[in-house]
Amino acid sequence: MESFLGRYRNLIILVGVLFLQVLGLAVQVKTGANEDKDTRLIRMWALGAITPFERALVWVQNSTGNVWHNYFYLRGVRAENRQLKEQIEQMRVEQVRLTEDAAQARRLQTLLAFKEQFISKTVAAQVIGTSGSDLSRIVTLDKGENAGIRRDMAVITADGIVGKVLLVSANLAQVLLISDQSSGVGAILDKSRLQGVLRGTANGEVALERVMSDEQVQPGETVLTSGGDQIFPKGLPVGTVTRVGKGKDLFLSISIKPAANLSRLEEVLVLTEKQERESVAEDHVRVRAADILAQRLPSVPDKPATVGTPTGVAQGASEASAGANTATKPAGAPGTNAAGSVKSASGNTPAKLPVQPGKTAVQTSAAQKSKPVNKPSTEPKPEGTPAQPAPPQPSIVEQKPAPVPAQPDTPPPAQDNSPQ
Amino acid sequence: MPITYTSGEQVEVYRFSLPVTIGVPLVALIVQAYVPKYFPSFAVYVDLPLLVTIFFAMARRNPVAGLFTGAIIGLVQDMLGSREIGIYGIAKTVVGYGASSLGVKLDVENAGARLLVTLGFYLVHSAVYFTVARGLVNSTQHWSWAHGVLAGLVNAFLGVILYFVLDRFKQRT
Repeated sequence: MESFLGRYRNLIILVGVLFLQVLGLAVQVKTGANEDKDTRLIRMWALGAITPFERALVWVQNSTGNVWHNYFYLRGVRAENRQLKEQIEQMRVEQVRLTEDAAQARRLQTLLAFKEQFISKTVAAQVIGTSGSDLSRIVTLDKGENAGIRRDMAVITADGIVGKVLLVSANLAQVLLISDQSSGVGAILDKSRLQGVLRGTANGEVALERVMSDEQVQPGETVLTSGGDQIFPKGLPVGTVTRVGKGKDLFLSISIKPAANLSRLEEVLVLTEKQERESVAEDHVRVRAADILAQRLPSVPDKPATVGTPTGVAQGASEASAGANTATKPAGAPGTNAAGSVKSASGNTPAKLPVQPGKTAVQTSAAQKSKPVNKPSTEPKPEGTPAQPAPPQPSIVEQKPAPVPAQPDTPPPAQDNSPQ
Repeated sequence: MPITYTSGEQVEVYRFSLPVTIGVPLVALIVQAYVPKYFPSFAVYVDLPLLVTIFFAMARRNPVAGLFTGAIIGLVQDMLGSREIGIYGIAKTVVGYGASSLGVKLDVENAGARLLVTLGFYLVHSAVYFTVARGLVNSTQHWSWAHGVLAGLVNAFLGVILYFVLDRFKQRT
């Protein structure tokens, strides 16, 4: 027996060491490696042993870089400064437009009682290392719990999402990149609004899964976070679709090019605080000149509708008239049809009224207060206009705009910020 | 205090000082974790901890020392990643054992032999990793001969240079 052990000593030790490691793997697979607190502790020890050296390397590199950039490499700074100023001017103009769009979006969301997640606090951190393996795509940050970073917090850059915090210690955090195989992010296609799950592939690419094969997805389409994973707030840029093909089962195989450059990360932002609240519209509700004008016009109390009296926008457009007050009538007032023409109350004289550009008659008329028309048209009848039979009703016709309910897909009629 | 391992009689057995025994694998792990931050392809094609494992195993020519060296380096490498701890550990244990066993029987001091041995053990390492990841952990892995051979050659050439540098730390028993 002793000779056997002596003869095969090395082999027995090899089998023993391998067996122990296989046993350890089996335990981790059963409990879930990422959830296992024991392995988390071991990983933190290993990280704690390696990262001080990485910090030192980063410090040396930054110091050297700062000296070079701040004192020696100043060539072209003046030209760059001028270029940046021009860029700022352009961005200011763009900002005005975006502010308008954002305000409109907020008003819409308010109408629909949307709840949004706002990023209220972020912590900037520097990437000081990686896992060193192409099979495990993670990066190490130089900040941890002391800076307010916690597990499962979202990590982003200005370009797009990066990943989530996997492990965290007092002064360190490990981030699982979206290109890792074990990563999963709720995503939505910007145009088609199709939802899927973003996953990393074995070769380090990012793919959108769970999109049915009968859906139409075009390369170049932008992918955003859907907010469904409860980690990333909705609407953050993820990347763009690069390839669409037939995948497994009934799903498409969609390759995504991440918006953030995951292979060259230096500084990232960790979303340490999110707020969920209903969006609030602007305090100052914009009043259009046409609304003010409409309020100042004399009004006539409602008359009960009689048989044969047409009411409503569609009918009113053909039978009612704005009459002589065309010049003072607000744009898009009742009686205005889609083409912007109204007919006189006496029945057969069409008059042209301006309709706001980009608005349909329903939107325009519903956006304003309904005003009665009590003056006959004095405008001459244009040539070629067929004569309409005079209605038996008096010249005063009440026209109420049809109420437009706030639908998710319908822009609210009362919210109009088009230039007056 | 130097750590001495002896096993062979026909071939020369080397030992290393404690700072080298700890410091070289540590530096390899740090470089492996730091360089991909700037050169992502480094992590795809180069495995410095594997080269260090092969070097120590071949120099010491002791299978037990070799397998433990491989196991420890591999486990630390696992700890720095997000995957289950033990996949690299098993792969490098096998490589450490194999390299030291080979070192007992063959002269692996010349550059040509080192090149071939490193290429061969890189492929063995990849095969063991692939098998463990697929078979035990149920991970999605794709085997690519082209990538394996290319990365093996890169590691082999780098290994020859690295071994030449590390030879300076060898101490005769």
